[in-house]
Formats: sequence, structure tokens, C-alpha cells
Amino acid sequence: MATEAQALTGDWGGGVHPYRVGHRKLGMWLFIMSDSLTFSALLMGYAYLRASNVWPTPFKFYPSIVFSSVMTLVLLSSSLTMVMAVSASARRDKSRARMWIIATALLGATFIVLHSIEWSHLIGEGLRPFQLPAEWIERWPGSTPLFGATFFGITGMHMFHVFTGCIYLFVVAARVNNLKHEDVEISGLYWHFVDLVWMFVFPMIYLLSIDPRK
Amino acid sequence: MSAHAESEEHFAGSKRLFLSVWIWLLLLTGFEVFLGYVQLPVVYMLVILMGASIVKAALIVAYFMHLRFERLNLVLTIVPAVVVCICLLLVFFPDSFRAKHLRYGLPAAADKP
Repeated sequence: MATEAQALTGDWGGGVHPYRVGHRKLGMWLFIMSDSLTFSALLMGYAYLRASNVWPTPFKFYPSIVFSSVMTLVLLSSSLTMVMAVSASARRDKSRARMWIIATALLGATFIVLHSIEWSHLIGEGLRPFQLPAEWIERWPGSTPLFGATFFGITGMHMFHVFTGCIYLFVVAARVNNLKHEDVEISGLYWHFVDLVWMFVFPMIYLLSIDPRK
Repeated sequence: MSAHAESEEHFAGSKRLFLSVWIWLLLLTGFEVFLGYVQLPVVYMLVILMGASIVKAALIVAYFMHLRFERLNLVLTIVPAVVVCICLLLVFFPDSFRAKHLRYGLPAAADKP
């Protein structure tokens, strides 16, 4: 009887940590689940509007595609430095963990700067949340002004996540001596999630709207 | 009880593994950007780009977010629920195709992809 019960509860084992992660880490996973649904809903809304409207495909090779590709490189590299931070923290090498976390946050800040420059190019062309530049309307007659709303909405929401992630990482770097290893790992989970979201935003927003002529 | 409560500071995965995941992610990104300049019908583009992005997301979740080294019950709690919810969002799509035909006097696009 006892062995049968053990077999049934084998994976849990009846301990206080059914998932073998602390309650904070489980909380972060639950937050990531809800946040991934937020971004899914935004991207689905974008896809809905795109399928039901004439949609401009305005992104030139330079600046938009070059900038967004470099931003992707920066964000992927920041994920690598974050993994290095977590593995240094697991070895209890706090000073190296702090160095890698700061490197991650600085790469995140680089992403925000590059994205702001990319935004200012488009704003300079005349793109607004509910208004297209006159040239685009000539080129794609009847195209919807909601292009700007989805573009600024989705990339802005992502940039906001990068921004809060940077603040979070700087706080973790400052307090790394007082934090447990798992707390560093949790900040890593959030950062990797922000990177993961960009892996969908970049192809859907940028690569599907490349201007083939420029 | 103490055996369950112990907190071992173990982080599986070597530097070499993380570097190779990073290189795979960069290669897939390069492939996606290249694909953007190959003139394919938008449906093919969408399918291939989303396929590559799902592979990239899986690599990030499995190795960087360390889910591959967590307990199976944590994986089964997180992944299927999110996947099912995201698939349920697809239910709106038939309406988006209908909405396009409801518009009056829609001029043809200058250059269709």
C-alpha cells in the first residue's frame, strides 16, 4: 500500500515544493504565462487588422531592417550574458555575477537607444499612431492608418518591458550580495522572456513588412 | 521532509552549451532576415517565419530559461496551458477575412506581395 502511494506521488514526493522551485520562481513563471498571453493577444490583434485591411509594407533596408537586426543581435547577446550571470551566481561567484548582470542591463539599454533612433526615423517620415505619411498613402492606396497604432503599440509595449527589465537588473546587481541564487535566476527568467517576445515581434512587425524596392 | 526542502544551488548546462544555443539563435535570425528579401508569397513567409520563431522560442525556454532541467510537472503546468490559450486566439481569424469583404470601394493595392 505504501509503495503504491509512493508510486502515485512519485513525481511530487509530498514535499513542500511540489515543482522543486521556490514560490517566487513559480510566481515569476505564472507572471510569464500571463504576460505571454498579453503579447499573443496584441500580435493576434495585429494579424487580424493586417488580414482585414490593405497593409503598407514600408520598411527599408536602411535604416529599419539594419537597425532591427542589430537590435535582435543585442538582445540575444544580452540573454547570453544573463545566462553567464546565473551560472556565476550558482558557483557563488557574486562579483562576476554582478559584472554579467550589469553587462546584460547595459545591452538592454543599448536596445532601447537603438529602438528610439529607429522610431525617430519613422516619426520623421510622418508616421503617427493614427496617421500614415502622405507618400505611403500614394504608394499603397486605401491602406489603413492603424499601421502606426499596431507598430507603436506592440514595439512600445516591448520596449516598456525592456525598460523595466533594465531597472530590475540594476537593482539585482546592486543587491546581489544579499540575494539568494534563486532570486538572480528569477531576474534571468524575466529577461529571457523579454528576449523571447522580441523573437516574435521582429519577424511579424519588421520582416513581414519589408519594402522590396528599397 | 528535509530531503525535499534542501535548496541545492545547481545550474545545469555548460558554457559551451549556452554558446552553441546562442549561435543557433543568431543563425536562425540571419535566415529569417535573408528570407525577408526572397520574394515568397506572404502565406509561405508567415509559415516559415513563425516556424523559425517557435524553434527560437523553444531554444530560449528550454536552455536559457532552464525549463528542460526542471521537473516534468512544472513543464506540464506551464507549456500546454499557454499553447492552448494562444491557439484559442486564432478563433477570430475567419471574421478578419469577412471584414475585408465588407469594405466598400476598396481600391486595389499598388503592389501585392
